[in-house]
Amino acid sequence: MIAIVDYRAGNLVSVKKAVDHLGFPCAITSDPAVVERAEKVIVPGVGHFAATSTLTETGLRAAITGAIARQTPFFGICVGMQWMFDASEEAPGVAGLGVFPGECAHFPPQVKAPHVGWNQLEVKDGSRLLRGVPSGAFVYFTHSYRAPLVDATVACCDYGGAFSAAVERGHLFGAQFHPEKSGDVGLRMLENFCRL
Amino acid sequence: MLTKRIIACLDVDAGRVVKGVRFLELRDAGDPAELAAAHSRAGADEIVLLDISATHQNRATLLDAVRRAARELFVPFTVGGGIRSLEDAAAVFDAGADKISINSAALADSALITRIAERYGSQAVIVAVDAKRLPGGNGARWEVRAAGGRKPTGRDALGWVREAESRGAGEILLTSMDRDGTRDGFDCELTAAVVGATSIPVIASGGAGGPEHFVTVFREGRADAALAASIFHFGLNSVAELKQHLRAAGIPVRWPC
Repeated sequence: MIAIVDYRAGNLVSVKKAVDHLGFPCAITSDPAVVERAEKVIVPGVGHFAATSTLTETGLRAAITGAIARQTPFFGICVGMQWMFDASEEAPGVAGLGVFPGECAHFPPQVKAPHVGWNQLEVKDGSRLLRGVPSGAFVYFTHSYRAPLVDATVACCDYGGAFSAAVERGHLFGAQFHPEKSGDVGLRMLENFCRL
Repeated sequence: MLTKRIIACLDVDAGRVVKGVRFLELRDAGDPAELAAAHSRAGADEIVLLDISATHQNRATLLDAVRRAARELFVPFTVGGGIRSLEDAAAVFDAGADKISINSAALADSALITRIAERYGSQAVIVAVDAKRLPGGNGARWEVRAAGGRKPTGRDALGWVREAESRGAGEILLTSMDRDGTRDGFDCELTAAVVGATSIPVIASGGAGGPEHFVTVFREGRADAALAASIFHFGLNSVAELKQHLRAAGIPVRWPC
């Protein structure tokens, strides 16, 4: 079973709907015990980085850390991906998971923020998450903060400079865009994750 | 490159799309779920479902239509019409919408924008603004209309857009009441003025009659997205044809989809 972690930050129906459509059993949960037992964990997230502090307060962060240590595949989406970094300018003092280094920063003033709409990926070879997704593929973004480029960056996007659109290391995956809202390209990525 | 979005709007009354579309493969051209899927296949970047009756009695029917449309839709999906409270918004989100659009209720109580944005994020809250040009004077000015464009509010459109943004709106859906239904083209002067007044994305609406109008509203109006209903409904252009036209004109669009 795939656990879709609910930490009261926005609407998780779309992610569940997409995983349901792909035919994989999943459940929206805020119960740390369910997360610990899950075969895979997805942390979606919309809104503010500060909302991730709820994960710590509710014991979900500890459950997720434990699952990651046991090699459970983990997928962070949008703020869920930003949370995998050390921190974000959006909420100074709120610690991210820190599995990828660096801090998420606001878009520079020369571009309009939020970055909303369909933009293109530049895909690195060898990603399991992006198997079958070519460079130039369009995905749907909606965010005001962006993650830096790191060794684990497997897709970057250009908007006021390059940023990490997808990250991957071992069983850890993240996407800044919304695969559940990115048409067939996004469903492909979710399927790649669900099939691991 | 960030592309310009083409948004297909379905006007729904009592669970049925009001203006049918000539999609040949459809079994039921009045079914919002079928039409939403058809527009998405044709390349629409987003779908908006607007409940134009928005009566209390029809709410269950609407939510059922939203649920059915959302089930197989994997592009952003917005629902508007008749959302007057956080509870109304929650019911629409639970049915599968990604964003809600609010208009008159936000004018009556702008704190509603904040309440929905705090729970679901600003990216999920579109404030729809119906603007009508005021006569005379130096420089163009527009007044906000409520109740589907029927009720003058005395409020300046640009001021209201700024307030909506500060209250937590994530996007503005801007309809020109002067152009709506005319097919004379979008009001580019209004659109550019609103784009200049806010930093959040602006969706232009009202007046689309042909592909050239979309080119103009992206170039001169500097719109981030454009919405149309009847241009697609009357079979004038599919979204796919429109996007090919835009591409040829050098406007960045998501293509192929």
